[in-house]
Amino acid sequence: MNKNNLFFYCLIIAFGLFAPFLFPAFKLQISFLWILIVLALTWDVQGGQMGYNTFGNVLFFGLGMYLCAGIQIGMFFPLDEWTASGGEKTFVHTPLQYFQGFFVGLLLAGVVPAIVAAIIGYGILGLRGHYFAICTLGLGIAAGEIAGGIELIGAGQGMTAPPWPKNIGDTELRSEFFYFSCLILFVVTFLFLKWAYQTRFGLVLNAIRDNEDKAEAMGIHTMRYKIIGWVVSAFFVGIAGGLVGNMIGYIEPVEVAFAGATYGVFMVLMAILGGKGTLWGPVIGATVFHIFKEGFWTFFLGWQYVALGILIVVIVVFFPEGIMGYLREKYPSQFGEIVDEEDLKAQVELK
Amino acid sequence: MQGPMDYLIFQVPILMVQAAMDGILLGILFALIAYGMALQWGVMNIINIAQGELVILGGYIAYTMYTIGIHPAFGIIVSPIIMFFLGWFLYKSIIHRVVDRDLFISILATFGISILAQQLMNFVFGADVVVAQSNFGTTMLFDERVTLPNAKIFSALVSIIFAIALIFYMKKSKLGRAIRATSQNSRAAKILGVDTEKVYAATFGINAALCGVAGTLIAITFTLHPYVGLPYTVRSFMIVIIAGLGNLPGVALSGMGLGVFEEFADYILGTEFRIGAVFLLLVLILVYRRFKLSRKREYLT
Amino acid sequence: MSAILEVNQVSKYFGGVKANEGISLSVEQGSIAGLIGPNGSGKTTLFNSIVGTHPIDKGSIKFDGREISELPVPVIAKLGLLRTFQQTRIYGKLNCVQNMLISHKPKNDTIFSVFSKIPEELTSKAEMLLEFVGLFQKRKLRAGDLSFGQQKLLELAMALMNEPKMLLLDEPTAGINPTLINGIIDRLIKVNKEYGITLLVIEHNMKVIMNLAQKVCCLAHGQLLAEGLPEQIKDDKRVVDAYLGVQ
Repeated sequence: MNKNNLFFYCLIIAFGLFAPFLFPAFKLQISFLWILIVLALTWDVQGGQMGYNTFGNVLFFGLGMYLCAGIQIGMFFPLDEWTASGGEKTFVHTPLQYFQGFFVGLLLAGVVPAIVAAIIGYGILGLRGHYFAICTLGLGIAAGEIAGGIELIGAGQGMTAPPWPKNIGDTELRSEFFYFSCLILFVVTFLFLKWAYQTRFGLVLNAIRDNEDKAEAMGIHTMRYKIIGWVVSAFFVGIAGGLVGNMIGYIEPVEVAFAGATYGVFMVLMAILGGKGTLWGPVIGATVFHIFKEGFWTFFLGWQYVALGILIVVIVVFFPEGIMGYLREKYPSQFGEIVDEEDLKAQVELK
Repeated sequence: MQGPMDYLIFQVPILMVQAAMDGILLGILFALIAYGMALQWGVMNIINIAQGELVILGGYIAYTMYTIGIHPAFGIIVSPIIMFFLGWFLYKSIIHRVVDRDLFISILATFGISILAQQLMNFVFGADVVVAQSNFGTTMLFDERVTLPNAKIFSALVSIIFAIALIFYMKKSKLGRAIRATSQNSRAAKILGVDTEKVYAATFGINAALCGVAGTLIAITFTLHPYVGLPYTVRSFMIVIIAGLGNLPGVALSGMGLGVFEEFADYILGTEFRIGAVFLLLVLILVYRRFKLSRKREYLT
Repeated sequence: MSAILEVNQVSKYFGGVKANEGISLSVEQGSIAGLIGPNGSGKTTLFNSIVGTHPIDKGSIKFDGREISELPVPVIAKLGLLRTFQQTRIYGKLNCVQNMLISHKPKNDTIFSVFSKIPEELTSKAEMLLEFVGLFQKRKLRAGDLSFGQQKLLELAMALMNEPKMLLLDEPTAGINPTLINGIIDRLIKVNKEYGITLLVIEHNMKVIMNLAQKVCCLAHGQLLAEGLPEQIKDDKRVVDAYLGVQ
């Protein structure tokens, strides 16, 4: 697969680098494509590779979003005054302040959710199966509801992220800045996971998925790996949240930040659609999903969520293995699975 | 003039009694919905994420009756009948494909159904918050300090009646016994001639019917909105995991406990944190359970 | 030779059921011991108690001189005490070699070795052990696609990969093609002699026990009924009665 692999990688890198210039009207959409891929990839660390279906990674997304914006503002101005209605108009960031705030905010948007994951992981990752799923669902939604009650960050009304500084270029430059930020996030996430899955980490996650009791019985400290996996996901999802908050410009607790009904569902769906448990599955799934969503959202105006609901049911019921799963069945040799008929039928002999 | 001591000695206890009574009445309703979820979970091993949406849909049936001039209380007869057939249809079309599989697949599938249902309800009934007025009046207790809308008392009574009726049905009727046999050992039941497909469809239908009754009561007592289903689902799930699948008195008690918790949370933290408190409680209960079981080196299954 | 495993007055109750009652036995280091008894006599429960799957209600269990009855499963496994399962437990979606690789016990198992690369030499060791149990040809197949008997062999190979000091085998020949049983007995004896792994084997197949075990313990109704050399146990009237179902 190596020649093919290299070709694909070059294709994607080329696309990534030149897309904003070839398709300038779609800069924002492609930025979101990279974000969605990151969300799907990180969900897959728990859902696909480890078999722990989480509905709560959106917790880290929202945390990252609020943290990033909060720090961008709070570093220079009083946050509570900013979030009071219309308050943001009274404060203006200088370009230096804006970028300082942005980078510090983004860093913490990754680090803090990672720490949160480490702390709550010990309790929550001790749950299994559907209890884990529903508990994380509760986490994600509780976060949104609670954030909606906190005045400091704008409560139910939400808050605005700092606007792009006025004397630094135009909206095009802004879009390009965020585009490449998202692209870099995607590349780093993908490369990190690609490397991580080749190490003991990847094998242990799979072992936990296939038979957690056996893994423990063989002496593997499963909790350690579970927590580290969640920390990794939280880190990248948090940064993604920070970026999205800035791109959308307006952070609302339930619809945008702890967006269980949108991003929370999307990340599960994209990974399953593409094929969970594989490195490329979430990438493909996110891409296909994003294209359909952008294409059909306009056609199905008003019916988007009906289409989404139907899509979930259809995929889950009829194609749980996703695109990669389907390809694997059809072309097993491409995946390094040598299903030699002879090997299969061979009798075991013990002389 | 009411001083602070007056408040502490007279107001607070009265508020607590009000909250407790509201909570108990509310909790009985929760318990009814939880019973339906437990039934389905126990018999078919399906966790129905769309439970809340079924409840709201049942409520909209009663609301529709109200809008065309029929008193919505009659919904407790009409709604379950319609919902039973809807449940049967849902089973035959989608659910039967996920029964034998992974529990997660059933969670995802019912999750998809819940999204669909929310959107369809939004489309048909609009996004306004509505109530089906029952005009049942109010009961006053303790010198008019504690007010209980009669609709809430009616809801609690109806819930209890339906729950008891269902328990008798499950014990005495042929279908009831078939359901219980299937839940204990579906393979054996099949071999002994029970049509398990029919049992599953009927169970799903009964659950939907229960949701229909509960929804009617909610339409009369509280409010309806296409997107408020999920909290009801979460509440039933919590009650079921606290009480355990076969434990009916436990379901009733846990339901009432949850109702009281919610009302107190509403008073103490404020209504905007009410739902958040419910979800947070879910997380805390599960984590507590996990640590308690890990001492015995067991896992929640 | 000292005892590597000492079970002392161990009792385990499940509600009202006395699964294990006051069981005491010991296994000499480097020996092969057998554990027999009719179905429901508490053999697997005893295994579960020893490896820490559930806590015990009474008694003590010492492995290599160390009290292990309060320890969790992964810690006991790392001390060198492993078990195989009656219903095979393998990693279904991974191939045989991967199953082997993940079974290796790393020298440094800290938080820093989480992302360590899996050494090349391990693959050759894995393949050698797979060859040992006759699964070399099937090494690239998904473990979940193997037959029940083949999975049992894989489980044995995985246990060996972990280099345990002692291995508890729960019915290693059940469900295996009879033509392979002799091969398995040979391999178990070899594993014991060459690698020095102590074995405690639950078996229903008397022929296997006779050829394999140096000492046999018989359980019945949750209690230790008899203990001794295979020939003695074979002819012990109480053991025969227990199997024939005399109450």
